[in-house]
Amino acid sequence: MTRARTLPALAMLALLVAFVAPPTGRAATGATSQTLQVFAAASLADAFNDLGRMLEQRHPGLVVRFNYTGSQQLAAQLEQGAVADLYASADDRWMSYAKDRGLVAGDPWLFARNRLVVIVPKTNPARIQKVQDIAKGGIKIVLGADAVPVGRYSRMVIRNLSRSEGFPSDFATRTLANVVSEEENVKSVVSKVQLGEADAGIVYHSDVTPAVARYIRVFEVPDSVNVIASYPMALVRGGTAPEAAKAFMELVLSAEGQRVLERHGLMPVAASNP
Amino acid sequence: MPGPATRCPPTPSLARIGTLVAGALLLGFLALPFVALLLRVTPGELLSRLRGPVVLDALRLSFVTSLAATAIVVVLGVPMAYLLATRDFPGKRLVEVLIDLPMVLPPTVAGFALLMAFGRAGLAGRALEAFGISLPFTTTGVVVAQVFMAVPFMIGPARAGFTNLDPRLLDAAATLRARESFTFFHVALPLALPAILAGIAMSGARALGEFGATITFAGNLPGSTQTMPLAVYVAFESDLDAAVALSVLLLVMAFGLLLGLRAAPVGSFWGQHRARAQGR
Amino acid sequence: MLELKVASRLGAFQLEAELDAADHSVTVLVGESGSGKSTLLRCLAGLVRPERGRIVVDGEAWFDAGTAVWRPAPERAVGMVTQDYALFPHLSAAENVAFGLRAERVPALERRQRVAAALERLGIASLAARRPHELSGGQQQRVAIARAIVLEPRLLLLDEPLSALDASSRRVIRAELRRLFDELPCMTLYVTHSPAEALSFGERIVVLESGRVSQSGPREQLMRSPRSPYVAEFLGVNLFRGALAGGASGGATRIALPQGELEVAERGGEGDVTVVVRPREITLALERPAGTARNVFEGEIEELVPEPPDGELVRVSLATHPPLIAEVTRQAVAALGLSPRRRVFASFKAAGVIVVGEPGG
Repeated sequence: MTRARTLPALAMLALLVAFVAPPTGRAATGATSQTLQVFAAASLADAFNDLGRMLEQRHPGLVVRFNYTGSQQLAAQLEQGAVADLYASADDRWMSYAKDRGLVAGDPWLFARNRLVVIVPKTNPARIQKVQDIAKGGIKIVLGADAVPVGRYSRMVIRNLSRSEGFPSDFATRTLANVVSEEENVKSVVSKVQLGEADAGIVYHSDVTPAVARYIRVFEVPDSVNVIASYPMALVRGGTAPEAAKAFMELVLSAEGQRVLERHGLMPVAASNP
Repeated sequence: MPGPATRCPPTPSLARIGTLVAGALLLGFLALPFVALLLRVTPGELLSRLRGPVVLDALRLSFVTSLAATAIVVVLGVPMAYLLATRDFPGKRLVEVLIDLPMVLPPTVAGFALLMAFGRAGLAGRALEAFGISLPFTTTGVVVAQVFMAVPFMIGPARAGFTNLDPRLLDAAATLRARESFTFFHVALPLALPAILAGIAMSGARALGEFGATITFAGNLPGSTQTMPLAVYVAFESDLDAAVALSVLLLVMAFGLLLGLRAAPVGSFWGQHRARAQGR
Repeated sequence: MLELKVASRLGAFQLEAELDAADHSVTVLVGESGSGKSTLLRCLAGLVRPERGRIVVDGEAWFDAGTAVWRPAPERAVGMVTQDYALFPHLSAAENVAFGLRAERVPALERRQRVAAALERLGIASLAARRPHELSGGQQQRVAIARAIVLEPRLLLLDEPLSALDASSRRVIRAELRRLFDELPCMTLYVTHSPAEALSFGERIVVLESGRVSQSGPREQLMRSPRSPYVAEFLGVNLFRGALAGGASGGATRIALPQGELEVAERGGEGDVTVVVRPREITLALERPAGTARNVFEGEIEELVPEPPDGELVRVSLATHPPLIAEVTRQAVAALGLSPRRRVFASFKAAGVIVVGEPGG
């Protein structure tokens, strides 16, 4: 092989090796920089973003990264081997699921509650004046899919309403017949109602942020028939920043953290083990 | 002088080895996910899943919508490809960019844009509502999303097919009293058919696999908008085995589509003409 | 009746051509590649729109820049046959021939009859079901011709139709075309760069040089008085320019050329003249001839080129002063043992030197 051909050939080999060699993995834990990976239900986005920033300010060099989507998807991702330090779910079901599969370390902590509300676009194309109206024929309702916590809760609320006073017995059947889409996370439900594509949707109270409130009208559901969602969080096994994760949990459970949650529409809890 | 020359096999150069290794790596990288998927489910399991209503619904929806979408893409796309291949006009560049846009846009963004345009409160959607036509949350909406995303995959190959037409044949047709439309149907189309079939395969496969724009624009409801890709996504969270089964099904469908159209006998027919033209 | 006068940009130069053709005529268009012949044909076919001028066929304006009339190709009664046949590869021979009839929506029965008749006429009826790639070059060309004439065009355009064929096919089809042109009622325009084809078809020859018609007229006229070196060389004629240089012995007049001297039959006058010597008039001999020829030149043979189509005649180029091209038979070449570098004597009579163009002009 001539000299002229050696160099380009070696260069090609070098390129091949670079692509084949396994990636060096996460940045090593050290004093200089650390990443905290938090998996959290979509409804926690605004509140957790604030809390994450607060933690970063108090721990220079710490970077907090969030993965927001439906709790069910987060559980599935963890099961498939995704690496995270903290898992905050919107219901007990998916936390238990994760716990049963040995994905979490230690016990989960209850850190927030949320209640459901009915929302309609501000333009209110279906002319909904009260919650009973969502059973009207031909309107378009968007709910979370059954696997999504908010979806499960929504259906529970609908059934509860059906059994309560002031609501016809076929309320549940008629309402569920109006469902035109089952979204994979609660934010999609909010978007579609906000855009006016759906006539009504059921979301968390915390989803009605100031930005969203401009485009929607909210119908409260009485506590007696409402579902109060409990949000548990737990350390994830195999994470790379367990200390930072604990710090975050402490912040969330502190009075200060609870105020942040409240500011974003969530309901606080008394700081104690479930 | 040395003795009679013996033919030694040429020692492979480093470049050649490098290329082979790169090729093997790439193929391995592409094949492994498919193989892993196939190994997770047995044919028996697959068949039993097929009988479930969710799978049947998704299968039917995928089949119907991608067929309709592909048909629309052909009818709208082939003439456009012909125009692009044979004409120059002001704004042609812009048209080309517009057509390629769905290919580079993240599907969810595309779905969102579709909502802005054709949603109930959308630019054109408002007018459609007046006629009683509503696209989001409907099967028609699924077709719309698929058409939007699949168009560039048809126009690319079809345009290349028309561009490769021998202009002398088109000239000859003109001198034989053929107006442009006659020439299109009797000369251009038959000769560009292999390329158009390739376009059908690509756009069909794209429509079949469409997810982001569909779930954003048309929504997700079993029986009316939950196509196979959406069903896989949903199953992934609740029933992993069902997800695997559905994925394998989708894989087999796409595989069949691409293989079938590539093996079409049409290609070999013109192949003879091409071979001779090159040999001349 | 065809009247054409067009002007258009043609690459590096201008195409400015004017020509007429009468009914039932065959006009041959010759010129070097790039001279504009094919463009001219495409203008007539309606595939290219000239910038200026008019094309009138049978009193109808197919093109008139002045009144912005432009009839595109499908609306013209033309038939076109090109060098590469341009047969549709996905159609059989019969379907190719039927193409134009289908485009005109001729009813099926009539269409079948006309196609059969055209195929029969070109002697390819047995090949009707074959695809172009299953046909030889000559057969393909016949299909192309049938395809054009089945439409009964007013104007038949042929763009070097035989140049892609081998010598024997060319000969055969040329003869058939000759017969065909005699029978067809249309006006035929035949483009070629081959002198043999030009001479066998063209009652009228139009020569295009650099986009302009340098000469046009009946074949004999061109051969008698070619107006440019290209025409002369194309038709195989020796063309010289020189000055009348006074009398020579025996009633001849000398003409001084840059490369030598010729003697022409006595004439008066002074000044420059252009003269032509037909190659056929030149006799070759191995020894100096002692005959009546007044013009005798000695020189080496440069090249021996059999004349198309069948090589019965041979053009001999001689490095004489002036250089000459003689035309002799193949047998003569063999008999004399002529070969390149052989020294020979070329001779011709003073009467064989034809003055074209007047002295001073």
